[in-house]
Amino acid sequence: MPASQETPQAKITVRDLTMAYGSFVVMRDLSFEVADKDIFIIMGGSGCGKSTLLRHLIGLQEPTQGSIFYEGEDFTAAGPEERGKFIRRFGVMYQSGALWSSMTLAENIALPLEENTNLAPKAISDLVSYKLSLVGLSGYEDYYPAQISGGMNKRAGIARAMALDPDILFLDEPGAGLDPLSSCRLDDLILRLRDSLGSTIVIVTHELASIFAVANHSIFLDTATRTQGATGNPNELRDHSENPAVRLFLHRGKVTDPPSQTRS
Amino acid sequence: MTMSESPLPCARWKRDGKQVVLELCGDWLRDGVAPETEGEPPDQAPSRYVTENLGEFDSTLPAFILSHLRSVGNPVEGAAESKLSLEGLPPNLMGLMKLALAVPEQSDANQKSESPSEIKKLGIISIAVWASVLSVAEFTGHSVLALGRFVTGRARFRSRDFWMVVQECGAQALPIVSLISFLIGLILAFVGNVQLASFGASLYVADLVGIAMVREMGVVMTAIIMSGRTGAAFAAHLGSMKANEEIDALRTFGFDPFDFLVLPRLLALILMMPLLTLYANFVGILGGMLVGAAVGIPPVLYWNETLTAITLTTASLGVFKSVFFGAVIAMSGCLQGMHAGNSSAAVGEATTRAVVASITAIIVIDSAFAAVFTVLDI
Repeated sequence: MPASQETPQAKITVRDLTMAYGSFVVMRDLSFEVADKDIFIIMGGSGCGKSTLLRHLIGLQEPTQGSIFYEGEDFTAAGPEERGKFIRRFGVMYQSGALWSSMTLAENIALPLEENTNLAPKAISDLVSYKLSLVGLSGYEDYYPAQISGGMNKRAGIARAMALDPDILFLDEPGAGLDPLSSCRLDDLILRLRDSLGSTIVIVTHELASIFAVANHSIFLDTATRTQGATGNPNELRDHSENPAVRLFLHRGKVTDPPSQTRS
Repeated sequence: MTMSESPLPCARWKRDGKQVVLELCGDWLRDGVAPETEGEPPDQAPSRYVTENLGEFDSTLPAFILSHLRSVGNPVEGAAESKLSLEGLPPNLMGLMKLALAVPEQSDANQKSESPSEIKKLGIISIAVWASVLSVAEFTGHSVLALGRFVTGRARFRSRDFWMVVQECGAQALPIVSLISFLIGLILAFVGNVQLASFGASLYVADLVGIAMVREMGVVMTAIIMSGRTGAAFAAHLGSMKANEEIDALRTFGFDPFDFLVLPRLLALILMMPLLTLYANFVGILGGMLVGAAVGIPPVLYWNETLTAITLTTASLGVFKSVFFGAVIAMSGCLQGMHAGNSSAAVGEATTRAVVASITAIIVIDSAFAAVFTVLDI
């Protein structure tokens, strides 16, 4: 991965990011890069600041220190107008789905299309049906979010996040609360999206099975030290990370030996 | 384990040279007898446990042991087994204790802090009051800017949302507004008639009810009904949208939550409040007319007397005020909703604050208007 210090070229570059709520520092000195078409995992124990990092990446919270770059352009220093341009390239799925509860699923997905494109109503409704069928929710167009299950809300949230064919897709715990089969289909969906649309995907999760299935790059946030524990491909980190906390996490707490030198 | 010998639970602290031994006996059960402690609890963790006479136990026993271990200073720095002796405990109890001690107590996670001094409390309250003044000012400024964007056609919201709110705070509010205004007119007429009849001026009940309704009571009662009905609904709706990250979702799709959520509500109430006020005035006068008919004033006469009493200026004062009240109700509801915390309890608090703030503001603004109108002599 090319990493020049002056002008960052990666899709997402984070430099010396410190996140805090008031005087309470959540995480300090985070630095990492996400390359184009990466599936990047933000992992760590519960309450370590994974979702907070995601909120910083999409501009809902301001860094206490440090900066975030998208393709070399400074996101942190950008004014509201420029921010808007960045944000239009994002698709975000929130932890609970966060569908607009007063609208049907179809309206939820149609709204970004209506407001940001000049498509005809027929074209929009075709797109809505297509996006819903991608997440296995064909036929649920006219349901309200309160009428469907939590897992379906989540999948509809992903469909909405994909509405504008985003350049970068952010998913906050997409697999949590899904049954194993749905979770597996979701992993498949994520891989297909990356391969067919060429999106870069950033996922907050601690589902080990999904992490190993889809990720090619990751960051581990360490609760104990309040900074990054490791970055790299989770399949490598599992057995070769220098940091015992990372190996413990990726082995579900089963292994405490020093890093193995050879692969078994 | 001989249960039958000593069913009464007790804990005995004993000293064996330098070491402390804790003897446990009896049944330690939630529904049983409260355990007795013999001997002074020492300031060190026991190095051995004697449990020959221990009977059955539930969570009360491990809770007792853990509270002692924690009280003698947190001896467990992650390595429960190495430093701390659990010798003598039965295996199942030992397992529970190891589990409880596996993660050391997070000392900085304990949020209980000592209560601040009176001066510090005063300072905290002052800062909070100042912050809320600032947030009201900021919200008002934001509203004015959003109205400006709306007038120049740059504000983005769904017209469907606007019409939904119009229906919700217009047509659907008619029954309650009718009932309350009718009764207010009725009450005013009753009270007025008792006084006026004593010097034979019953007809002037029409003047009293008419002027009181159109100047003050119609608009104030409507505003208070709408604070409780619509202002609270705004706060609860926006507050739960915030708790559910729906407002964040709007933002990341490039919508201004202010334009999208606050503006339609503000416009709808500014539009509907004058109409509701006119309606309330009319219904209130009908209420007075009913009482008039009961005490012998023919409705036609009552109506004509009302028309001579109310001038266009008087009638328009109430309607004029209703525009401001509508804006105040919408803004306090939306402000509290948008600033609500991320939990269901916080949504409830936001709703309460919205209603209290808007009713207070309505009465204060009404008094200010009364003073201004008196000075201007209208």
